[in-house]
Formats: sequence, C-alpha cells, structure tokens
Amino acid sequence: MVASAVFITDLKVIISRNYRGDIPPSTCCAAFSTYISETDELDRVPIFTLDGYTYSYIKYNNLYFLGVTKRNSNVSLLITFLYRLVNVFKDYFGELEDESIRDNFVIIYELLDETMDHGYPQALDSKILREYITQEGNRMEVVSKPPVALTNAVSWRSEGIKHKKNEIFLDVVEKLNLLVGANGTVLSSEIIGAVKMKSYLSGMPELKLGLNDKIMFEATGRQAQAKGKAVELEDIKFHQCVRLARFENDRTISFIPPDGEFDLMTYRLNTHVKPLIWVEAVVEPHAGSRIEYMIKTKSQFKSRSIANNVEIIIPVPSDVDSPSFKSSVGTVTYLPDRDAIVWNIKQFHGSREYLMRAHFGLPSIGAESARENAWKTPISVKFEIPYFTVSGIQVRYLKIIEKSGYQALPWVRYITQNGNYDLRMA
Amino acid sequence: MPSKPKTAGGSDSRFFTTQKKGETHELRTDLHSNDRSTKVDAVKKVIASMTVGKDVSMLFTDVLNCIQTDNIELKKLVYLYLINYAKSQPELTLLAVNTFVKDANDPNPLIRALAVRTMGCIRVEKITEYLCEPLSRSLRDEDPYVRKTAAVCVAKLYDIAPDLVEDRGFLEILHDLISDANPSVVANGVAALSEIAETSGKDVMKISTSVLQKLLAALNECTEWGQVFILDSLSKYTPADGREAEGIIERVTPRLQHANSAVVMSAVKVILNYMNMITTEDTLRTLTRKLAPPLVTLLNSEPETQYVALRNINLIVQKRPQILENAIHFFFCKYNDPIYVKMEKLEVIIKLVGERNVEQVLLELKEYATEVDVDFVRKSVSSIGRCAIKLEKAAERCISVLLELIQSKVNYVVQEAVVVIKDIFRRYPNKYESVIATLCENLETLDEPEAKASMIWIIGEYAERIDNADELLETFLETFEEEDPSVQLQLLTATVKCFLKAPEETQEMVQRVLDMATEESDNPDLRDRGFVYWRLLSTDPEAAKAVVLSEKPVIEDDTSKLEPELLDTLISQIATLSSIYHKPPEVFVTRANIRTVTEDDVDDYEYEDENDVGVQPSADGPVDLLDIGGGGDMNGSAPQQNNGGGDVDLFGLDTGGGAPAARPTCVKTQVCDGSQSGGIIINCGFMQTNGSVSMELDLQNNGQIPVTTLAIQLNKSAFGLAPTNQQLVFSPPIAPGASGSYSVGLTVTPNMMSPVAPGSAAPPTVQAAIKNLSNNSVFYFAANFTLESIFSPDGALDRTAFINTWKGIDDTKEVYSTVQLTTSSIEAIIQKFASASIFQIARRPVPNQPGQEVVYFSCKTMTQHSFLAELTFKEGVMACKICVKSEATAYAALAKEALERCAK
Repeated sequence: MVASAVFITDLKVIISRNYRGDIPPSTCCAAFSTYISETDELDRVPIFTLDGYTYSYIKYNNLYFLGVTKRNSNVSLLITFLYRLVNVFKDYFGELEDESIRDNFVIIYELLDETMDHGYPQALDSKILREYITQEGNRMEVVSKPPVALTNAVSWRSEGIKHKKNEIFLDVVEKLNLLVGANGTVLSSEIIGAVKMKSYLSGMPELKLGLNDKIMFEATGRQAQAKGKAVELEDIKFHQCVRLARFENDRTISFIPPDGEFDLMTYRLNTHVKPLIWVEAVVEPHAGSRIEYMIKTKSQFKSRSIANNVEIIIPVPSDVDSPSFKSSVGTVTYLPDRDAIVWNIKQFHGSREYLMRAHFGLPSIGAESARENAWKTPISVKFEIPYFTVSGIQVRYLKIIEKSGYQALPWVRYITQNGNYDLRMA
Repeated sequence: MPSKPKTAGGSDSRFFTTQKKGETHELRTDLHSNDRSTKVDAVKKVIASMTVGKDVSMLFTDVLNCIQTDNIELKKLVYLYLINYAKSQPELTLLAVNTFVKDANDPNPLIRALAVRTMGCIRVEKITEYLCEPLSRSLRDEDPYVRKTAAVCVAKLYDIAPDLVEDRGFLEILHDLISDANPSVVANGVAALSEIAETSGKDVMKISTSVLQKLLAALNECTEWGQVFILDSLSKYTPADGREAEGIIERVTPRLQHANSAVVMSAVKVILNYMNMITTEDTLRTLTRKLAPPLVTLLNSEPETQYVALRNINLIVQKRPQILENAIHFFFCKYNDPIYVKMEKLEVIIKLVGERNVEQVLLELKEYATEVDVDFVRKSVSSIGRCAIKLEKAAERCISVLLELIQSKVNYVVQEAVVVIKDIFRRYPNKYESVIATLCENLETLDEPEAKASMIWIIGEYAERIDNADELLETFLETFEEEDPSVQLQLLTATVKCFLKAPEETQEMVQRVLDMATEESDNPDLRDRGFVYWRLLSTDPEAAKAVVLSEKPVIEDDTSKLEPELLDTLISQIATLSSIYHKPPEVFVTRANIRTVTEDDVDDYEYEDENDVGVQPSADGPVDLLDIGGGGDMNGSAPQQNNGGGDVDLFGLDTGGGAPAARPTCVKTQVCDGSQSGGIIINCGFMQTNGSVSMELDLQNNGQIPVTTLAIQLNKSAFGLAPTNQQLVFSPPIAPGASGSYSVGLTVTPNMMSPVAPGSAAPPTVQAAIKNLSNNSVFYFAANFTLESIFSPDGALDRTAFINTWKGIDDTKEVYSTVQLTTSSIEAIIQKFASASIFQIARRPVPNQPGQEVVYFSCKTMTQHSFLAELTFKEGVMACKICVKSEATAYAALAKEALERCAK
C-alpha cells in the first residue's frame, strides 16, 4: 500500500483524490499546511507523522504534491510516484503551477484515477496515457479500447507508430561533480553520465547499443581489438525498456525504445578527475573600508577543446558596494540579489589561464554575521565542453532492427557539463 | 449546438467562478437539460465546487440523473461525484447500482474497468452485495486491463466487507490471477493479496514453488511499479534453504540497475533479507560488492529520495558494514544539500568512520563546523566527539580538532565542544586533562545548561588538578538559584566532590550549597540529593567518598546501537516508513483494527530517535552513569538496589529511589531503619485479601522498651488510603530484641486522595506517621505502594467495550516493557492475573508471526481508574511484552509495574 490520498496544494487544497476513504482530507490538509507554515524551513523533513497520519511530500514550483497514509507504506515508492506524477502533469500541461492545475481539473481527476488505484501506482507513462486521456475538444468520440501498452510487457510503446524519416539521436552527457577543499586538494570527484535518446523510429524496432564497456571487453576477450581505452562504468541504471536480465548475463544493452525523448541509461564513475576548470581566489578584506578579490582561473583540458558559457560564481559579503572589475577576458557582473559576482567567459580554450580583479567598498560598520555566508559559500563554476567526455566513454555502435527492414541512422553527440562543481575558498 | 470551443491548454478554471445566488437552482436546471454540452458544463461546475470544498450533496439526485450516458467524460465526472457523496446518501446511491452493473458489461473494456474501479471506491455496505456479481465476471474478463482493475477491487472490497470476499471465493480467484498470462494482472493480484494478508493476518499470499516461479517470471515483464509489488512480496518470503535464496537473489540482482529508485530499494530489501541464509563466503562477497554502487547512486537522486535512502543506509551499514566500508566519501555533504540530507549523511559518516579514513573525516567535519547552519554545525562538532569515542587511536586527533574549534570562539561551537569533551573524558578517564586549561578559559562563553553542566562535571571530577577549582565553582554558585535544575544538580555534586578532595578550603562553600539545595530549592530531586549528601557527609565521610568519588564505568561507543533483533525487523522493512523511523510499524501505525494489533518480537521500545547525539545516555538504561541525568553517583555505588536492606541503606529518605520488588503475596521492604524511631525497624508491604486492602507491617524492636501500642496516620496519597483503625495494639507486646507483625486494614476513600498534577506521574509512595504511645515519640516513613493491592474484582470489560476503549485511547498513552517470566505457560499467567483481579478479555495468535500470541486484559482500581493491557508472548520464551493503555496516564506506569509483579 502506498497512499490513502494524494493532494496537490499550495497550502490550500487545489485538488485531491481520496483513494481509500480512510483519512479525513480537510483535517489532513490543514495539518499539513500548519506543519509547513509553522515549522522552520531548516527543521522540515519530507516525511513526518502527525496523529497517526503520515505525510510525504515533494515541492514543485509553489505546489506541494502530498501523499497521506495511515499505514506502514512503502515511502520510497510514494516519493517516486509523486515525482513521476509531476512529470506526467508537466508533459500534459507544459508549465505546472496552480493556474494550470485549475485550468485542467477535469483531466487531472482523470489522470489521478488512472495513475493510481487504491493507493497503488498504475500507469505513469504520459505517452501511453495520452492515447486515451486527451484534452482535445473531440472527446465525444469514445475510445473503444485501452491501449495495449497499458498492460503489455512493453508498457512504454504503442504499436503502429509511423515516422516518415527514421532517425535516432544519442546524446552522451556527462556531469562532473567536484569538491575542492580550501587547501586545493580534490576532496571528491565523480562523473554522472547519461545517454539521452530522441527516437523517431517506426514500428517496433529492436535496438542494441555497444559501448566501450571494460567489463564486457574483458568478458568477451576483446580487449586487444578495441581501439582506445575501455571505460569501467561503476553503476549503471537503465530505463525500464532495457532488458536487465540480458545485461546482467552478457552486458548487452538491448531494448525496444519508447517513442520520442527519454534517458536510456545513467551511469556513475568514481574516478579521480583533475578539475577541468581551476579557480583560485585571494581575498583581501580591509576591515571597515574595502575588499579586494583576485581570481585566477585555468583550463586544464586539451587545447583543442573549448568550454562554452563558462560562469565562475564568487560569493561576496551582502553589504558590499561600488563594485569595480578588471579582467583579461570575459565580463564580470555583480548580482546583489545572490550576493555574488559572476565572471562570464563565452569561450574558454583549453590550457589557458586568466586573471580577474574585483574591488568593493565595504561599510565601516557591518554585521560580521551578514558577511559570514560569503566566507563559507564555495565558489561554483558552470561550463559546457562539447565533443568531449571526461570518462572517455564511446558509442561503438547502435544497431537498429525492425521487421519492415528500414534503414535508420543514429546521430551521436558528446558533451561534458558541470554538476555540483564547488571549490571551497581558503 | 452551442458548443464552446476548447483549447488544448485547458480553461476549466471558468467553472470555478464564484457562485451567485440562485446558482444551485440554475445548476439543477442545467443538469436536467437536454443539451449535452450544457449538461456536461453543469456537472463540471458541480465538480469544481466539490473540489474547492463546497458541499454540493444537495444535487445528488440531479447529478445521478446524468449517469446514463455514453459520454465517457461525463460518466467519469458523475462517478467521481458519487465516490465523494455516496456515504452521505447511501440510499440514493443504490439507484446507481443498475448503471454500474450495466457498465460492467459494456463492450468497451475502458468502461467495464471504470465501473468496477468506481464501485469498489463507493464505501457503502449496501452496495457491496451488488458488486460481487460484476466483480467476479471482471476477474475473468478477456481484457487484461479489466482483470488488473478487478484484482485491486478485491482489496477494496475486503476493506469494507472481508467476510463477503471470503465467502464468494474471491481470494481463490485472486490467487489464480498470479498465474495469469499478463504481467500487469499478476503484479496487481500480488499487491491485492499482500495487502489482504497484512490486514487480515491470514497467510493468503502464500508463496509456493510454482507461485515463486511465476513471480520471478513476471518480474522481468511487468511495469516498474508492478516490480515493486512483486519484490515487496518476495521480501516477506522465507526461502527453503540457502540454495533457493541464492537462486532468487540471482533473478533479483538485475533490478539493482533499474532507473526507478523504488525498484532498487525493494530489490536491496529482498537481497539483504535473503543474505542471512547464505553461507558461502564467495557469494556473500560478490553480493556485498554488487550492493554498494546502487546504494551510492541513490545519493544522486532527488533530495527526498536521498533522505529515504540515507535512513535506510543507516540501517544497512549497521547490518552489513562491509558493503559501504570504502564508500565514506560519497556521504560527504554538498554545500547545497538540504539540511535534512546533511544531518542523515553525518549519521552515516559516523557509522562508517574507521581508523583508515578518520583523518579524511575529521577534515570534513572541521569544515562543516564552520558552516552557517547552527544545528548542522553542532552535530558536526558532536560527531567529532563520537569519532573519538569510537576510535581510541584517533581520540587525540579529535581532541586537537575540538580545541582548534574552541579557538574560533563561536559561542555554540564552544558549548557543543565542551559537552563532547566531557564524554571523551568519560570514555578515556585521566588521559586528556591537559585540555582542561583551555576549557577553563572559555567559561564565560557557556550559557546553555548542558554545556554548563558538562563543564561543572569536569571541574568536579578533576578538582585536584585544577588549581582554582573552588574559585571556578564559586563563580557558578553566584547564580545557583537561576540555573537549570541539571546545572544545579551538577553544581551540588561537583562541590561535594571538591570538598571531599580538599575539605579545608571548601567547607564553607559546601555548607552553602547544601543549604541552598535542601532549604531554598523546591526541586525534589535536588533536595533529595542534597539530603543524601548531607547525611553522608555528616555521618560517614569515608562512605561519602566511596559513593561520590567512586570510579564510574567507562561509557561505550554506541554508533551501532540498534539491537540485532530490532535491526533485523527493520531490515525486513526497508523502503517503508518503518525504516525511516527506525521503529517497528506497530509503534506508529494507528491500530485501526484490533485484529491487527500485532506482531513483533522486539522486546524493547527504548530506541527513541537515532538522531539523538549518540553519547547522550538514554534516560533509564544502565548506561546512565553520567551523574547529569540525576542520581548517577548513587548508581555508581549502589547499583540497582533490589531491596532497601543491607548495609548500603543510605537512602532511607530517598523516597523516589529503588522501587522494591513486591509480589502479589506481599513482599515487605524496609521502610524504617530504627535510627529515627527509637530502634523500631519496620518492613512494610501492601496486599489485598478477599477484597479487603491491608498494609502489612513487620516490626523488629531494637529499642529499649517494649512496643505495646502504636497509632498510625496516613498522609493523603495518590491512592486514597486510610487505616480502618488507627490504634495498633500488640498483645503480647514486642519485647526489646523481639519482633512481631501487624496487618493494618485500609479503606479507599476519595477524601484521602491527593490529586496528581496534570501531566506528571502519580507518586508511588504512601507516607505514614507513627506515634509510639508508650513514650509519645513520633516517626515517619514512606512506603512504595503496589497498585495491584487495590485492583477491584469488577474490573472485567466485555469484548466490544474493550475494543472501543482500546481504540479510543491515543497511542501516546501507552507504556511498554518486557518482563522476564518464571514460566512459559500463558495459562499460568492468565491464572496468576485472574487471582490478582486482572481479567483476560481475548487471546489470539499474532498473524504472520508463528509462535506468537497476544492476550488482552483489563483491570480497574477501587479508585475507578481502568487499565487495558496487551501481553505478547513468544513460544518457548520465558518473557513477555507488556503494553498498558489507559486514560489515567498518571497511573499507567504504576499499573504496568503491578502487572510485571503479578506476572512473575
């Protein structure tokens, strides 16, 4: 059992569905609103029990998606369900806020009815749901059958899909999580990768994806033939379309893809990565008058690669004034609402080094506590490096087989981005 | 036809426009309109009103009127309305039955499923009869979508009418669905059966070998949600042997690679539960290796999922520390992590820290200790202390980090550091006193009771090494009266310690403190402790030294503190709420149905909250050796006095301490040692014989003159007791050196009741004054009352009354304990209880827990307080769990103790 009822609320119930009738909806919603408004934000937890009712919630924009239960429910399932429900709504209504909920309350009731029954999650694939729950005006026509996919083993793809041009796009996106300590050592680094697909293929295509997966190479003794290095992916998570048992068996990634966009797989690598973009800050506060920053940044990747839209975000005290900047490249902006300066470098070639100086006035009487944040918040960096993966992962092939025998071309792109990329200031 | 154009974006908000006067009437007209779109719009308006919480039940018949339609959208809306208001209009709802039955036969499977789904949601008993026919047809429907909906509907029906479900054989049909060709049907059938098994306590979700194969096959084919249902049911299955366990694990392991974190969590649960059965080292090692990456990856999901994962990982690392032993750095906090995630990460870090990684961890913790959020900083500081307590080799490093942090002079950092350093002293006595000097420099920073008390404890404990210990204490003493009781107690003890170590300089100070504690304070604990010290110091300073300066047992590392049995229970609950709270489900789940009052062999509920800073001693365990908790020094010398006698009877005045164990037959304990009573030593107890209550006295005359006549008077007590006769005449008199006994008849009268302050527990003592008429000397004593002595013979409740009362009492009013028995026969206990006027109400086996039985009892005191009790027995175990529920909360603990005594 997962949930007795689901609420969508902005602290006043916008819409709710009481699946089991064993909880008092208005009392529960009021109790939840009280919790949110009276509990300090720092003390809140996503799961709590009051008077025998357990509340689990997630927040999206200004909306709370809340599941209430009286039993020892599987909360992991409940939280996952709520996130997926949000995705379904986003897919249906575009932006999701109180307006769009009210504007579509009839269809939301229908969706709530179809996504969960008696507290058990059912169908949460918006593409399939759309086949029989539609918002178009022509609803008078009765859909005469539930989509086969609803109960089929292939629950994510309908039969009979047709595209004029059969194409499939693969994006290998790697995000680099990095934490550098105040003394300059890398405290932790990991790569979170994803293979994202956009599939426009007709019929029921069978796909097979080949990567330079070290474990498979070793298993098949193919190490010698492989050009370049193989990558050891530490933890791989697959979209539900991938045959997990098959992968467990011989590391083959085989699947029938859903139509359109989806994340085929995500992976994680816990290797020691040299910070691609290095930042050093020297801060000189002159108590009671001014504060100076000297920022040095260095790109530590091959010179033929380029990092685009680099943003180096440096926290500053909240009461600084009269900013002035000098930099050898890019533009620097002071963002008072974020208590930070942002150094923008549109194109940052590999193996380069740049300097920037910032100068602020500082009121002589300032609360030290207001400045504390600036010393404790790390510097963060945003960037994007196309045609490059930190891990060295490569798509070796993508085989597409459909019984009609059409030819389809896969398009592959690689990109590396920042994840949680933080450097603590000394 | 004036149909309004509808855009894809939806514009239903127009239906929410505020109702004008007469709108209801207008709606009613529209609902009866022949124009389809007017009708649909009207229903939408009704639903819109319902959504914002307006009562539109008066339109029931009018809305119902629209049910006959082939417009599926309209039908859904009307059904939704029905689900909402059926309960308020059960009679009228019956009118909809025909439509439901008809729709359940519709050629369109979507409508058939809709009808079955909705009928199950209409929780009106009268309708259930009509539901059975369509339901049993739907369970065999040719369309899997209808069958899976019908499967869930059986669970719905079971909620309303369990007998009906059993009589109609739906459980068997449901069981057949596990063999259905369609994976979704299998998954929903499993979900329904598992739920029924849970609520009914019957093993309806029995997994046989053939069922097992079907579940494993469906696991590969059904939706991600269905996979969770199946995995959860597998986790409750006990494989026949290690080989079978291994086989299932093999089929489950690929699920660890699923993108859905709920699937991963449930797969982890199955594997961990089955791992207990696996003995091959190789397999265990492989599994250990395989489990780590998916657990770590959960930390990259949404914060709420991370929270769930971390609470579970906390359990997993206690059960199998090897899994994540090399993964500690994944738990380092990210700056942007929500605070609840950071706090949980700290807990896991502390559990994983070892000698290999402690350096790295300390660097991290030091970094956290300079962050902004106060709670997080405090927990980081206390975590450094916990590292020290856990790892002896690293203790010195930890201390130096703490000292560095103290130099920061940040108020709350210093205070937290002082508290943990005290714990480190308790762990490694006489090792790190060199830091005391630094601590003393920061005295003025301390303004929180816990930090102050800790500092004072350190001063008292190490008074001989601190040159100006007395001066330091003196500064605290200036504000003695304003301090928190915990600080006062600590000051009292520390001053006495100081005095015992250096009597000359501190004589005046100790006198002053004792005065303040005993005469000026109205805190009973403080007064009691003051009196004890006073008497000790005045009668026997050597004994005082032995007591106050006794060596205290070293505190333990408590980072893995869940009992193995509880831990196993919680591991079997991975991913559920129980795993979040680290408590077995029955502790927080409201007992909706007395039949489900259950089920655990966990013998102890003291595990409050994992988040408690680890080294804080629990309030009542034997680990409470820190004298901050109150009475710690005393425990040190006279641990758990089981009776007041013997040569350590220093506590004659300590009314609160050492509850003597009395038996139903009346066990007497010494209440008067002769020192104040002219040599009369009294042992006292209470009992009930044939409905009359009495106070049983044994007297030993160690005085000079014979005891002939005594007069007794009782103070008002929480039990309303008065002696029937105030004169106790001894004939023959008790000669000096001889002994005798007397039974004082007691009556229960409201006049003698002293009210118990709301929110506090009833004091267990009865105070008595005795006048020896031979020489007119008066002396006093206090005896602990045994509540069973006033259990009334009319305390039995009938079953229904019991169930209702039980349900009516809030779970917070429960008290629990586990008691060792001298027999494993439940009958014997029931017999013992019956003779003590504790009446058996019901007895039944605990569902799903073979070999366990619960027995319910009720009893009532002559003062009209009634108590309900639940005793859980496990076959072959000479112990049981007692749970007492009562509205008379002040007496609940006493009643529980009474039951414990009666059970022995």
